[in-house]
Order: sequence, then structure tokens, then C-alpha cells
Amino acid sequence: MIEILQNMDFTPFLISFKLAGMTTLILFILCLPLAWWLSQTSSRSKPFFEAITALPIVLPPSVLGFYILYALSYNSPIGIFFEEYFGVQLVFNFSGLVVASCFYSLPFMVQPLQSGFESINKNMLEASYISGKSTLETIFKVAIPNIKPALITAVIVTFAHTVGEFGVVLMVGGSIPGETKVASVAIYEMVEIMDYSTAHVYSAIMVILSFLVLLGVYTFNHKQKFSGFVK
Amino acid sequence: MIKISINKKLHGSEAEMNLDLNLEIKEGDFVALSGKSGSGKTTLLRILAGLEDARGSIKINDEVWLDDKFKMNVQKRGIGFIFQDYALFPNMSVQENLLYANKDKELAKHLLEITELSALKDRLPNTLSGGQKQRVALCRAMMNRPKLLLLDEPLSALDPAMRTKLQNEILTLHKEFGTTTIMVSHDPSEIYRLASRVVVLEQGKVINDGTPKDVLLRTSGSQKFSFEGELLDIVKVDIIYVAIVAIAQQLVEVVVSQEEAQSLKIGDVVNISTKAFSPMISLN
Repeated sequence: MIEILQNMDFTPFLISFKLAGMTTLILFILCLPLAWWLSQTSSRSKPFFEAITALPIVLPPSVLGFYILYALSYNSPIGIFFEEYFGVQLVFNFSGLVVASCFYSLPFMVQPLQSGFESINKNMLEASYISGKSTLETIFKVAIPNIKPALITAVIVTFAHTVGEFGVVLMVGGSIPGETKVASVAIYEMVEIMDYSTAHVYSAIMVILSFLVLLGVYTFNHKQKFSGFVK
Repeated sequence: MIKISINKKLHGSEAEMNLDLNLEIKEGDFVALSGKSGSGKTTLLRILAGLEDARGSIKINDEVWLDDKFKMNVQKRGIGFIFQDYALFPNMSVQENLLYANKDKELAKHLLEITELSALKDRLPNTLSGGQKQRVALCRAMMNRPKLLLLDEPLSALDPAMRTKLQNEILTLHKEFGTTTIMVSHDPSEIYRLASRVVVLEQGKVINDGTPKDVLLRTSGSQKFSFEGELLDIVKVDIIYVAIVAIAQQLVEVVVSQEEAQSLKIGDVVNISTKAFSPMISLN
């Protein structure tokens, strides 16, 4: 058993976590303003944008992967643009995976943030404006500090969901060892070549890590509910 | 002088209505806004604060807050606003709530002293009682030394004893800061105690406007009754004494003798009953 573990290649996990970390960071920065806007707007276009951001939940990952692959490849203007101006290719490498994961995990970042912002007492925000504070200052000093559980949920779930993605990664990244072969793809390949012992270890690691992450989130949110009496 | 002339279509609970108001309010006045729910009181406050749009004009002395082409931002109006649900920032201590509005530590200290909150300055809002929270909100609203203080039913969630205490504090601050104050209230005794003028709205229009005494006192009829009420005031009129008593939502005047007038204290709970024609007043 110990021998198996010693000989095992853990690079796929490192790639998974690196990918999830970067995706979460990028999405967090992009989704804060988007979620804020969705929570505050009375615009008629709101349902349209909500539907778009929720699409990755319902679409089969292969459909999403196919479009992203097509959009980022040299056959599309986007692919050509990045190739010509930045010298970056966005398919079958790590950068492409990050872009694809951002699309794939978008709803898992936007939705908790949006419902967090929506749950804030409107009067509280107005009280901040009345005190002479700008929207930006209100977001950072009043809104965000008061939706900590939603923030934690958004970040952790996005991270975990990105670690767990399979279809999109396989389509956009392929399975290049050390570059785009993430844990979930590695497990798939182990099963395919009937290396069940490695598949078992990889899968067990995924289950344990996922459980611990979720346990952490729920414990934190449970504690938050009963705190508020100490600073 | 505040000149308000506004018009706004509202989708009320029953039907569409037109909020259509022309008001002039003297500087330093304490105006109570009264009227049934859905009559446009809160909307008027929100328009004054700049939280809602309306057509028309708002002028504070020579400063234009609203006209055809211009709407001053909420942030620039420098008003104080008190919400029924306090709207404190739960992530900040009492003192931080005040300093968030304005970093004037001296003023914060002074306000906390007036409202007897000094001992609680490091507590978080969630650990305070309703009355304490509303006092913090009151202090926070005063931090920018507002020219205009707007209160949207600030005391309706509090018990009577706490109400009286806060009414006094509101009055103290109103006088000390020389603000013009507009307060939405349904409580006649509160209005009588605080306001120098009452404006009654119905369906978006002003239907009554005058001193609290003129607007609120409704003494008529000679039915037999016996009601419990709160003694608000005893006024000497020529040779007789008149007690003003709040019974539920109504104020009544009762003639009392000199002895009775001396034995009664303002704030006493009394019984008003009638035998034959003249109402009698007795300590409860």
C-alpha cells in the first residue's frame, strides 16, 4: 500500500488545484461587480443575464467544451486575436483550461454572491449612501463584510466544482501529462487502462478532500449564524 | 426655508395614485407627517432624501436639490435619515457605526453621552436592544450635522417607556443641532409632544395642515364613555384647567378643577369617564 502511494504520480492533483485556484481568483474578481449589478438592478434585461450566467449549469459539459474549443481555436476570431497579439494559444494548454473553467464555474460564483447581496437590508445600503459614501465604498465596507457566509460558499464551491470538472477539461485541454491532465481526467484514464488500484487511490483522495471542503463550509456557516456577539 | 413641489405616480396597494405636494417648511421646524398607510408619507421622505425620483422641485434655502434638469445625489445632500428597522451596520461596533458617517471623534463621544450609550460603544449592534439600536441610529444620523433630519416611523417598534425616552432625545438633538426635522408618525401623543406642525396626507394629497392641537383634537359628542388614556398636558385657560389626554389614537380635552390639576402629573395614566354631560377625570 505504502509502496503504491510512493510510486504514485500526484501531478494531476497539483494541476487540478492550480487550475481551481486560478479560476476561483479570476471569477471572484469578475463576478463581484456582476453579482452586485444583478442584485441591485431593476433593469428589464436582468432575467436575460441571469439566464446566461446559469447556462453552464444546465448545458452538457461536452456542448460547453465544444463551443469553447471552437471559439478559442485558430478557426475563430478570438483564437486568432490571442495568437496574433499575445502569442498565446488557448487550446490544449493550461491557459485554455483556465478560460474554459471560468465559463464552466461562472454560475457557482455568481449565484451565491448575488443572493448574498440580495439578502442585505436595502435600508442599510441606503443609510451608507445617505452618510455620503459612494457605491464602491458601500460595497467594500458595508455589503461585503456582511455577506461573509455567501462569500465563503461562493469561493469554496467554485473551487470544488472546478476540481471536479471533467468534460470541459477533456475537450478543451485534452490530456497532456503535466500540462492539462487533471485528477478527474487521470482517473478516467486509469479506469480505461484497467489500473484500478491507482483509480481507487485517486478517487478516494477526491472523495475525502471534497468532503472536508464541504464540511469546512457548513461548519463555518453554522458558526456564523450564532456569532455576532463578539467582534 | 424648504420649498417642496413634487409630483410622482405611485402604484399604491389599492390603485394608482398621484403624489402631488406643495409644501413650505420653515427652517428649524419639527413637522410630523401623518396619514393612513399607503398615503405617500414614506415616499415623500425618500424623495427628499434623493432615494427616489420624482418630477418637480426641491429647494433648501438657495440650494437646489431637484428641478427639471437636475437631481442632487443622495450622498451630497447631507441629510440624516432614520429607518424604522434602524439599518445599523452589523459588522461595525456602535462607535464605528457613528465614525463611518463622519470621522469626528469628539462629536461621536458627545452624541453617545447625550443618548447614554457611552458604555456600549464597543458593542456590536446585534447585542443591543431595539431602543438602544434606534438611539445608535439617531446618533449616526446626527454625525454629519444634517440640516434636514428625516425619520420614518422611528419609534413604532418600541415599547411605550422606550418611546418616551427616545422622543425626548430626538427633541434634544433637534434643538441642539438646529435641524429641520420631518417625522412620519401615527401616534398622536408622540406628535403632540414633538411636532410644531402636522401635515396629514391622504391618497398623495395634503388634507390637513396645522398645529398638532388643531389637527389632532377631536372633542365632540356626549356619549357615555370610560376610556383609559395618557395625560399629555394640562393647560390653564382663563380660570379653568384643561387636561389633554391621549386615548388610543385620539386626543381629547377634559376640564379639570384646580385641585385635580395639581394632583395629576403629565404622563399619568388616567381614566376618562362621563356621567351625564361633563367628562370626569380620575387617576387610574
